[in-house]
Amino acid sequence: MRQVPRSRLLGRDVLRLGGAGLRSRPMRAILSAVGIAIGIAAMVAVVGISSSSQAEFARQLSQLGTNLLTVSPGRTLSGRDAMLPPEAVKQVRRIPGVLSASSVAALTDLAVYRNEFVDPRNTNGIGVLAADRDLLAVTGGRLATGLWHDEATAEFPAAVLGADVAARLAITEIGSQIVIGGQSFTVIGILDPVPLAPELDGSALISEEIAAARFGYTGHPTTVYERSTDESVAAVRELLPATVNPAAPEEVDVSRPSDALAAKYAADTTFAGLLLGLGSVALLVGGVGVANTMIISVLERRREIGLRRALGATRAHIRKQFLTEAVLLTLVGGIGGALLGLAVTAVFAAVNGWLFALSPLVLVAAVTVTVVIGAVAGLYPSIRAARTHPTAALNS
Amino acid sequence: MTPLIELRGVSRDYGHPPTRALDDVRLRIDHGELVAIVGPSGSGKSTLLNVMGTLDRPTSGTAIIDGADVASLTDNELSALRAYRIGFVFQHFHLTEGVPAIDTVADGLLYTGTPPAERRRRAADALDRVGLAGRARHKPHQLSGGERQRVAIARAVVGDPALLLADEPTGNLDSVNGAAVLQLLLDLNRAGTTIVVITHDPGLAAQLPRQITLRDGRVLADTALTPAGTR
Repeated sequence: MRQVPRSRLLGRDVLRLGGAGLRSRPMRAILSAVGIAIGIAAMVAVVGISSSSQAEFARQLSQLGTNLLTVSPGRTLSGRDAMLPPEAVKQVRRIPGVLSASSVAALTDLAVYRNEFVDPRNTNGIGVLAADRDLLAVTGGRLATGLWHDEATAEFPAAVLGADVAARLAITEIGSQIVIGGQSFTVIGILDPVPLAPELDGSALISEEIAAARFGYTGHPTTVYERSTDESVAAVRELLPATVNPAAPEEVDVSRPSDALAAKYAADTTFAGLLLGLGSVALLVGGVGVANTMIISVLERRREIGLRRALGATRAHIRKQFLTEAVLLTLVGGIGGALLGLAVTAVFAAVNGWLFALSPLVLVAAVTVTVVIGAVAGLYPSIRAARTHPTAALNS
Repeated sequence: MTPLIELRGVSRDYGHPPTRALDDVRLRIDHGELVAIVGPSGSGKSTLLNVMGTLDRPTSGTAIIDGADVASLTDNELSALRAYRIGFVFQHFHLTEGVPAIDTVADGLLYTGTPPAERRRRAADALDRVGLAGRARHKPHQLSGGERQRVAIARAVVGDPALLLADEPTGNLDSVNGAAVLQLLLDLNRAGTTIVVITHDPGLAAQLPRQITLRDGRVLADTALTPAGTR
């Protein structure tokens, strides 16, 4: 018997056949790819939004620094609010590695009003802080408008308002008069929000001198802010309680505001998890839809399969053709979905004023996932196509 | 010389309970023959074509096609036999809508692993052989029925098969186009291709050198056999 060569189908022809199958019914292909596209878009957007948010966070941190520590009095063993000694700031400055330190003291029982005619119950929840002059430099606060306290203003009833206070009192211009503790103060400055010291946003800040003169401020700070070199943050943190209050170090709380900021950004993970779950459900449903479409296609194309078998196609060639078609189908959805996810991320980042950050690896992963889905969804239909009897072309 | 097709006691049953479509068929077809298999519908013609084309295997008996016992070949080996040695022409043409004639014909070489450029070159030759050189870029809806069947024939012969099997090649054509297709088959046979034509039309069969008549799955008459030896 003469040797007959084996049936062969070139790889590029497999691709062409798979693509031709899709092109012959474009609407059906698009509709069944939509499910995949939605799933992939949701996943890419979730990852993109969270990575943009992380990038924004990293940008903020690099701007604000992670070397700020806050010291506040805790509670005494008997449960009362502890106090920090007046020399706390000076002591902190002596710790090796500390670059600068500052403090504020909350002045209790003082209310702030727009003017003397406001209902006294309407306090707006505004606190009053006696601030030392280094406060802005240490906390990274910035003035939206006006001036910070200096030697010239320290002796006068002048106030710098936190961003929230200015908004609540509807004050936009410096020179406005407000009432603090029944006394008239002039607004000399308004702060931008201070991310690492959000307690300043809701406070009116007055100088220590005027606090002492008008409200009997005794010099006990309630919060000490401290910046050190990045390498010495941990060491400084160990030393702070005993330095600030050698008599009762256990009554001192030390916190790192940048950690709180990280927690704020991390808090969105539940939402991201939910979206990720929805995305995977959409992918699953999309995959089932593709499998369904492919099975219908196989049933409709029995004659074509029979013809190909008559032309010399092996079962493996038929299987490859339909598997390729399924993978191309999901790939259309995957690429569309990845682009959609990319667009959603870009819009979301732009609207929030964030940096746009999305690793190209995410897109590669998305496309890889769709290839896997297509292969799984196309497996049964393609096996079924390969089982079609070769006589199908003649018997119809 | 070994015959191209040799069937020894071939039967083919379908379904449960079994219906016998072919019953103890014995025949041999040599290289270079042009044979008509004629019979009414239901006589087993299509089943016989399937067996000769290795699309189907006999339930019992031996089918030797192009020197190989079909029963001893794997599905892949049968596929290879069809890819390289057998060409099919179907009653319904089986052309894909929207595909130009030259690409349809080139698909006849698809499963031989021939590179696309070479496929198209040989497809152009085959179209020339069936007299459609000027219709290469035409799509099925731009062709007449006869032209479509000639495209299908070109696809079947583009790989120079040893055996061309045609199932009612003129069944869907008017007499003029039918005659043209018949003439084409005669020409191809003269050029050396062994051709087996299935038809229910005794008039068509009569124009071919040899007729095998089927009835109820059995060979009723075969003009190649001596009158005395009608099995």
